[in-house]
Amino acid sequence: MKAAGVVLAIVLALALQTTLGRFVIRGTVAVDLVLVVVLYVALTSGPVTGLLSGAVAGLAQDALSSGVIGVIGIGGLAKTLVGFLAGIIGTQFIVAQPFPRFVVFFAGTLLHAVVFIGLYVLLDLRPFGTPYAAVAGQALGNAVVGVVAFQLVELLPGVVERRRGQRARIRR
Amino acid sequence: MALLDIRQRAGYLFLAVILGHIILISAQVNARSGVPVLEAVTFGVFAEVQRGISVGTSAIRRVWSGYISLRHLKADNEELTRRLADAQIELQHQRALVDRARGLERLLALRDQSKLETAAAGIIAGGATPDFRTVTIDKGTRDGVRADMAIIAPAGVVGRVVIPSGRAAKVQLLIDRNAAAGAIIERSRAQGVVVGGDERLRMENVSEAADIVTGDLVVTSGIEGIYPKGFIIGRIESVEKNGPAFKRIIVRPAVDFTSLEDVLVVLTPTPAREAAQRGGE
Repeated sequence: MKAAGVVLAIVLALALQTTLGRFVIRGTVAVDLVLVVVLYVALTSGPVTGLLSGAVAGLAQDALSSGVIGVIGIGGLAKTLVGFLAGIIGTQFIVAQPFPRFVVFFAGTLLHAVVFIGLYVLLDLRPFGTPYAAVAGQALGNAVVGVVAFQLVELLPGVVERRRGQRARIRR
Repeated sequence: MALLDIRQRAGYLFLAVILGHIILISAQVNARSGVPVLEAVTFGVFAEVQRGISVGTSAIRRVWSGYISLRHLKADNEELTRRLADAQIELQHQRALVDRARGLERLLALRDQSKLETAAAGIIAGGATPDFRTVTIDKGTRDGVRADMAIIAPAGVVGRVVIPSGRAAKVQLLIDRNAAAGAIIERSRAQGVVVGGDERLRMENVSEAADIVTGDLVVTSGIEGIYPKGFIIGRIESVEKNGPAFKRIIVRPAVDFTSLEDVLVVLTPTPAREAAQRGGE
């Protein structure tokens, strides 16, 4: 059941990413929603789920985006590593406040970029130039979206519960 | 029982998955011929999901724009009527020019090279990751689309088909870092290669003696056998020189890649590809 939920979240993130990418193509898509989902799953479910969801999401993203112009597996490897490490951090440290979560999302995106771009450059497969601003922008974007997602998931059930309670009191 | 509990073996599992990825990457880096099966199947299946989402979002946009635009219908109608009158006058002028050009063509016994067979396609999805500049179009091998076919828009060159599936195809945009096209400066006929960047293109392999200035129009040379000759790539935005040699030539693309919705797939093979196919046979 939980695995199905993770797969569904990854598919939704991929669909949303490609739909947004259709409207905003020119390098201004500052958020990698698939990576946000991997980090979220890793923080909430631990290293095993984190690394497996990272592998699945990364491979799917590679197959859809890199194609003959890239290599399938590089994104998968980067997301596996990030998912595993984020899962360990989630189990070893208390990451229940917005700021620690922001730091994990930010650092996770930086690590992902280092592994992803580093492997492409190391294997001499693709030039990347000096993408410092783009990587920093994506890290910031992912961190904001990730923290907001956590807040929404945690706050929404409480809000719905309170509203139900208020309605019940009014009826009485 | 403890042996079977995979959660106790997180480290081993991590190593196994990483090893699997390394083997996968190695296999592709060593032997990169054709399209991997995993990729073709995944792309083919997901293209259908993207098509469904595209149909949904397009329907919402149509309903939204249809109702909202009704408010400005009267003003738009007047504006369009005025534009139509202007266009009719312009059309007459253009017809006269075309007649004259046709006469000149006949006179010089030039073959009309502009008649390309094309297929209109809509963009149904963008790239799955910001690191690759690709889009998915709603035409595939069933419509005659093949790998390395050029994609153009009214403003100029868009990119090339990299993976065609049955009913969709993935297009590498010209602004992708791995994209390149043979280019020529329309004014001075200086040749070079235009390569992708994030938002601007770079022109490389240009002779020191070439005459290039800011504002020059850059068109395709067709030398790489993908893009038809003479289609607009963009305009020279800046030229930096280091002594007699060109240090950096930046080209602003003619196509606005942020607002692409419909494109044309060039089905007619270029002379270079025709020659290659004849050689292969």
